[in-house]
Amino acid sequence: MWKWFHQLASPPHFYRLAGLWAPWFMGAALVLMAYSLYAGLVLAPMDYQQKDAFRIIYVHVPSAYLSLMAYTMMAVASAIGLIWRMKLAHAVAASAAPIGASFTFLALFTGSVWGYPMWGTWWEWSDPRMMTELILLFLYLGYMALRAAFEDRKRADRAGAVLAIVGVVNVVLVHYSVEWWSSLHQGQTIMNENATMPASMLTPLLTMILAFTLFFGALMFSRLRGEVLLRESNARWVRRLVAEEAAHA
Amino acid sequence: MLEFFAMGGYALYVWSAFGVTLVVLAGNWWFARRRHAQIIATLRRSAQVDSPEAQPGFKEVMT
Amino acid sequence: MADGARDTAVGAVRLREAALQPFASFAAVLSRELQLAVRRPADVLNPLFFFAVVATLFPLAVSPLPQVLEVIGPGIVWVAALLAALLPLNGLFGQDFDDGTLEHYVMSGQSLVAICFAKTVALWLVAALPLVLVSSLVAETYRLPLQALPVLVLALGVGSFALCALGAVAAALTVGVQRASALIALLVLPLMVPVLIFGTRAVSLAAAGDPVAGPVYLLLAIGLAAALLAPIATALALRISLD
Repeated sequence: MWKWFHQLASPPHFYRLAGLWAPWFMGAALVLMAYSLYAGLVLAPMDYQQKDAFRIIYVHVPSAYLSLMAYTMMAVASAIGLIWRMKLAHAVAASAAPIGASFTFLALFTGSVWGYPMWGTWWEWSDPRMMTELILLFLYLGYMALRAAFEDRKRADRAGAVLAIVGVVNVVLVHYSVEWWSSLHQGQTIMNENATMPASMLTPLLTMILAFTLFFGALMFSRLRGEVLLRESNARWVRRLVAEEAAHA
Repeated sequence: MLEFFAMGGYALYVWSAFGVTLVVLAGNWWFARRRHAQIIATLRRSAQVDSPEAQPGFKEVMT
Repeated sequence: MADGARDTAVGAVRLREAALQPFASFAAVLSRELQLAVRRPADVLNPLFFFAVVATLFPLAVSPLPQVLEVIGPGIVWVAALLAALLPLNGLFGQDFDDGTLEHYVMSGQSLVAICFAKTVALWLVAALPLVLVSSLVAETYRLPLQALPVLVLALGVGSFALCALGAVAAALTVGVQRASALIALLVLPLMVPVLIFGTRAVSLAAAGDPVAGPVYLLLAIGLAAALLAPIATALALRISLD
């Protein structure tokens, strides 16, 4: 087991494995997504309160889940990168940011498209989840802007890591503070939280979350390969690989 | 079939949500691939500029 | 020129005398920062002018009616104060970086956390505290009831300290980056959301005569956490930036 971990952390080995795994993750994600789309859009019955608009849940919840998951991953990888000076961990953080930002945008977009027919407004300033996602988007953008400000990759990695760790505390604080704040403003019930979903509605949601996670994994492997190459650009295996790719092209 | 696309009158909302999701997912995949190609191109260019084999004494240093 | 050289020398001697004692290096850096601030009064005055101008624009832009000002007052005072407190962040480590003092701090073997804490406290005393005092004057013109003033001063004082502490992290991360002001604002403002929420609520509640203990305690907790943790992150960021 330890040996396996050590091998995984060795850049050339990881590069090769990521290249092998990415298409499998992608394929599995696409198959699961196709099933979940069919099950969610066609097989699942209509919600008796929200009618067909509830089907937006099948893209909204997986996006929102991934937006938070990617940020957590970024912060944990950043901490590992700072403490153990592990290049691969910094590469994970750098790769997760743009993907996480795009899913945060999706969560906001699908949420407001869902909100309009349901609560009659595109945007609700007093909703803690919307505000948390919006601040999360700003944090992602700030992280990427900070990274982009540096020529030196090592400094970008480590400075970004500090910001990611400070930011993850903030995400939690923002969520609870907006919740507290909106509880003072108005007791708007957005959704009936206690309503239990029948299996025909719930299963597609769970498979869609899995599909999105697999898709995220495929994207991460794909991006990580490039990041590993950049960080190992002086290693001999990278030089050989680049020469080989040049021969293919 | 038409009834399915009408989504009980919520067609605009449901399909725009799913459509934009599709665009973002595809865009993510496209950007990830493009970035990989760009990195390879950058590395190849820098390898041509300071090709280690072209520099004297490289073999002695590396081995 | 000779003056400046002697100052640096005095600072260096003081630091050496501080001999690895965090409190001594804290005091040495704090007094150095305050002396520098006395010589450059623009550092204190510019944020104040900025704050006053922003606070003047709102009644002109929104409405001068007392009942409107009453509602928007606490929020405007807070937002204007936050924006004004961002102004000196870019220069917080910039000058020290340019003249080599920063490198000296990092190499000196002194507790960098203590030095960063001193910089934060000095920033708060020089740039934020006058702002807090002037803000009570501005709040008065926004028809904020007198009973809410102590809460405003307390909340703004604590909140601006959290801003200075977090702002120091952002400033340390961007040391040596050209035109970093916009980047610093982008990094710091999202982090200030909880402070802004609790701060404005405390003032609004006080203005309405309601109990304010809840938001004030939460604000104090955030301020304390920022005071304890942010200097550690600032020191780490400085080491990264000077590596």
